[in-house]
Amino acid sequence: MIRFEPREHVSPLRRVAAPVVAAIAALAVASLAIAAAGAPVLEAYGLMAKGAFGSAFAMSELLARATPLIFTGLAAAVAFRAKLWNIGGEGQLYAGALAAVAVGTGALALPGPLLIPTVILAGALAGGLLMLIPALLKVRLGADEVVTTLLLNFVVILFVQMMLEGPMKDPMGMGWPQSEPMLDEAMLPKLMDRMRVHAGLILALVAALGVHILLKRTVWGFETRAVGENPEAARHAGIPVTATFLRVALLSGGLAGLAGVGEVAGLKGYLTADLSPGFGYAGIVVAMLAGLSPVGVVVAALFIAGVFVGADSMSRAIGVSNYLADLVVATSLICVLVSGLFVRFKVRIVRPGTGRGTA
Amino acid sequence: MSDILDILLAANFWAAALRIATPLIFGVLGALICERAGVLNLGIEGIFTAGAMAGWMAAWLGAGLWGGVLVAALAGAAFGLLHAILTVPLGLSQHVSGIGVTLFATSLSYYTYRTALPDVSSPPRIEAFQPLDIPILSDLPFLGPALFQQTALTFLALALVVAVGFVLYRTPLGLAIRAVGDNPSAVEAQGLSVMALRMGTVVAGSALMALGGAFLTMSAFDAFFFGMVNGRGWICIALTVFASWRPGKALIGALLFGAFDAFQVRLQTEVGAFVPGQIFLMLPYILSIAALVVVARKADYPRALLKPYFKGQR
Repeated sequence: MIRFEPREHVSPLRRVAAPVVAAIAALAVASLAIAAAGAPVLEAYGLMAKGAFGSAFAMSELLARATPLIFTGLAAAVAFRAKLWNIGGEGQLYAGALAAVAVGTGALALPGPLLIPTVILAGALAGGLLMLIPALLKVRLGADEVVTTLLLNFVVILFVQMMLEGPMKDPMGMGWPQSEPMLDEAMLPKLMDRMRVHAGLILALVAALGVHILLKRTVWGFETRAVGENPEAARHAGIPVTATFLRVALLSGGLAGLAGVGEVAGLKGYLTADLSPGFGYAGIVVAMLAGLSPVGVVVAALFIAGVFVGADSMSRAIGVSNYLADLVVATSLICVLVSGLFVRFKVRIVRPGTGRGTA
Repeated sequence: MSDILDILLAANFWAAALRIATPLIFGVLGALICERAGVLNLGIEGIFTAGAMAGWMAAWLGAGLWGGVLVAALAGAAFGLLHAILTVPLGLSQHVSGIGVTLFATSLSYYTYRTALPDVSSPPRIEAFQPLDIPILSDLPFLGPALFQQTALTFLALALVVAVGFVLYRTPLGLAIRAVGDNPSAVEAQGLSVMALRMGTVVAGSALMALGGAFLTMSAFDAFFFGMVNGRGWICIALTVFASWRPGKALIGALLFGAFDAFQVRLQTEVGAFVPGQIFLMLPYILSIAALVVVARKADYPRALLKPYFKGQR
């Protein structure tokens, strides 16, 4: 049988190697899927790499795609640190986007330097408050937050559809269910001329740094980690467990809400009900690849964004379905779970009968 | 008021309720036995998708309807085995592993469908299961149309409620499955393998979940659509808690849910002009959250749920 012996000391190299090995393993598994589709594997990966890194345009697309993934990845990482299973990033993203559109399309007549922070704050607040509902249901009534956050995703997207077909519909939208365009003063500035990468990226990097400092250097971060490791022990140690869960929920939902703000105010300029191709769920993978480290989230988000952007471009060139990207993302989650075992444990194969001290 | 009574007293309303409940019965039964053995299976949403795609595709390729059902069950079992390996011998987080299995099963199903049918504008259709016409019973007033004009898969679901209940409560295997989710070290003290029991149960439960998916593409509809599972798996996880992990209550929960859903569809045609359609579409999800919240405080979770077990551990 297999025995796991916890490592006393985990080397940083091993910690970094685990997600890298997982990513390579996921690409290897996905190469079977490419081969099964009858396409040349090496050429497909070559095209993916070129599509993701091969030009200034590709790099801009990569960074633009990584921006929401950094936010949703941070949202998952913060929540999972406290073992608060927020799987509702997708819904919180839409809540943030809806709030951004609500204040940024002309309802508020503020000058740009005031309007942009208001849009950002509104989006973060909407995401945070949305996540507060399942968190309160968890701490007050004991309702499992995994199921409630998952189900709320569907409710929120339907709510967005309802608003876009009703009160928030753009009268000039040729009948399409989309919001009015954001005011020019409410839009985040572009970082490069004629490229889509926008200031949301800067915001995401600042958020990653902020979360890093928060978790590593503050009492609040210590409490979050303590609650995640053992809520009972934390309670005995006098840590306010309920308050910690609620703060984590607000922060996590707020970060996911910012992903929605970035997509609306940085990229699209208006809201449609198909704003996100699953950034909320992919954020979970980003967080796990990052080992729940905020700085790691940035690197993992770049990898996942590269897979998405690269697969789109490869798909256009040789016709392999771009669902390949989702397959790579899902496979890397499973692979990083397994490779993480080798980080935390020595894995020994023990033959029955020869194992020491198992009785 | 009399309109509402008219709806509730119509045989086709109850027929619709049972039809909507069918995939949920499969899903809740599957989720329930996994959790009874101590393993939360959040792979369910993806396993539904895999069952829907694999069953439909097998039938479309000429395996026949029952061949398709078998293929769906095998696909579910395969993803169940993946979840079982990750969570039982490897003891990884059941939450994250389940999400991983859902993402993997969903993306693999979509990729396979897209690869097999690269450019179809409208999805190809199969000859789906037809309602059984049972002599005498189908002709009964009211009960006939409500109960006995369903497809074979609905009857399979009802039979499985009885079968799962029998195995869980009337056989040594069922006793062992329930014990392994409550007190695994006691099971090991009996000389049984906790690992084999848990893995076997997760594989079997996942096969049941996949049948729920197969019902969607082979009975409720006759084609596969992207996003067609649409949260039904997550609803099953909520209903499992609502049903206190009991097959009989699972049936009641699924039927109540089906009745509510059938009712809102009919209500929508009455007041749809005044209320946006999305409000009605939200109701099933809100109802599931409410069902979970109502029972959450007194829910008697299997005591070893979510807890990995390693041999020789006390």
